[in-house]
Amino acid sequence: MLTKRIIPCLDIKNGRTVKGVNFVDLRDAGDPVELAKQYADMGADELVFLDISATLEARATTLDMVLHVAEQVNIPFTVGGGISSVEHVDALLHCGADKVSINSSAVKRPELVNELADKFGSQCVVVAIDAKEVNGNWKVHLAGGSIPTDIDLFEWAKEVEQRGAGEILFTSMNHDGTKNGFANEALAKLSTLLNIPIIASGGAGNVQHFVDTFKDGKADAALAASVFHFGEIPIPELKKELKKHNIEVRL
Amino acid sequence: MKLVIINYGAGNIKSIQFAFKRLGIDAILSDSPEEILAADKIIFPGVGEASSAMNMLKETGLDVLIPQLKQPVLGICLGMQLLCEYTEEGNTKGLGVFKTNVKRFDNNVKVPQMGWNVIKELKSDLFKGIKENEYMYLVHSYYAEHCEETIATTDYGLNYASALQHKNFYGVQFHPEKSSLAGEQILKNFLAL
Repeated sequence: MLTKRIIPCLDIKNGRTVKGVNFVDLRDAGDPVELAKQYADMGADELVFLDISATLEARATTLDMVLHVAEQVNIPFTVGGGISSVEHVDALLHCGADKVSINSSAVKRPELVNELADKFGSQCVVVAIDAKEVNGNWKVHLAGGSIPTDIDLFEWAKEVEQRGAGEILFTSMNHDGTKNGFANEALAKLSTLLNIPIIASGGAGNVQHFVDTFKDGKADAALAASVFHFGEIPIPELKKELKKHNIEVRL
Repeated sequence: MKLVIINYGAGNIKSIQFAFKRLGIDAILSDSPEEILAADKIIFPGVGEASSAMNMLKETGLDVLIPQLKQPVLGICLGMQLLCEYTEEGNTKGLGVFKTNVKRFDNNVKVPQMGWNVIKELKSDLFKGIKENEYMYLVHSYYAEHCEETIATTDYGLNYASALQHKNFYGVQFHPEKSSLAGEQILKNFLAL
């Protein structure tokens, strides 16, 4: 059976990981390559690198980082953040990224999803959607969740699927950072409406939250950052617990 | 050992090159018939869409060259599918090495299949040291139907051929270059054939 995936997300700035990490035996906690290797050894199924660099120069260092990660890591990884052109994606894939994730740029110019899917195949096009529930309506937000739009989450997700997205990375702004669990109701609705994989993001605080998002939220994968980086939830133990709950995972 | 990765513009070949580099082998990327013919082992990669990939092969004459190769050839993902008779993707005639057809998954499962699934019913030296039900990383919307050349199967809505072998031609639907230590073992096995 296809297993549920556990995906640590690393924020990258100027080619280095930001936000703290707390792994005992890391020589350099800011080195994305070393962190990525460590996660691969722990049994992470995939990795996501989110480039939060503000300048183009800094983004060039990300290409270099991608090359080094691809050189040394034997599991798939996705690169996102500030990607808005076919050329940029071409460069990232050439450096060895397996997938790219696009977010605001797809909202601004939805044809980008078609262009990327046609040129590189749907399998490497992840559309990330940040959304917030206000009065029972889920609205898409841009620029890391800071700019609200009138776009409905479910309509937008359906549209990007039709345009050729291979996967949806859905982050609930209501849940992100709370450690109170994932947005399982919205996730389950996405999974029912769409026929492409859905990655749950935002809200992971304990093991039960992962169990719930796979069972109730029908998520295909779950992404988290701090609970992994600070060792609050070690991935090997998480996977063993999921297995005990009859959730298929790669052990 | 001269290892050539056929470079016809299809997808993420860097990852394959790096995976061999981790095993201490410097693979050559090439679309030159001379270079390919002179190789000890050949990787036929492919990510993307079948009909456009086949067109790229035709433009360079590789569609004629590849089926005639005598060295061990490993088709990966779309590379494996293009070695089959026919694929529904883009209604494309394949290279006809493997006597089977490639079909799209039904919508009773999510398409593409993306992630780690197990390979079983293993029968080939390619899988030496690989246990039954080992996890491999897969990303695909189309699958090869069973045939006599099936050397591994996987379940996803139905049971399909996740690896094929005909004489010196091997094909794997999964990505050994992205499948952690077990994937590395398969690449090592290919090098040892």
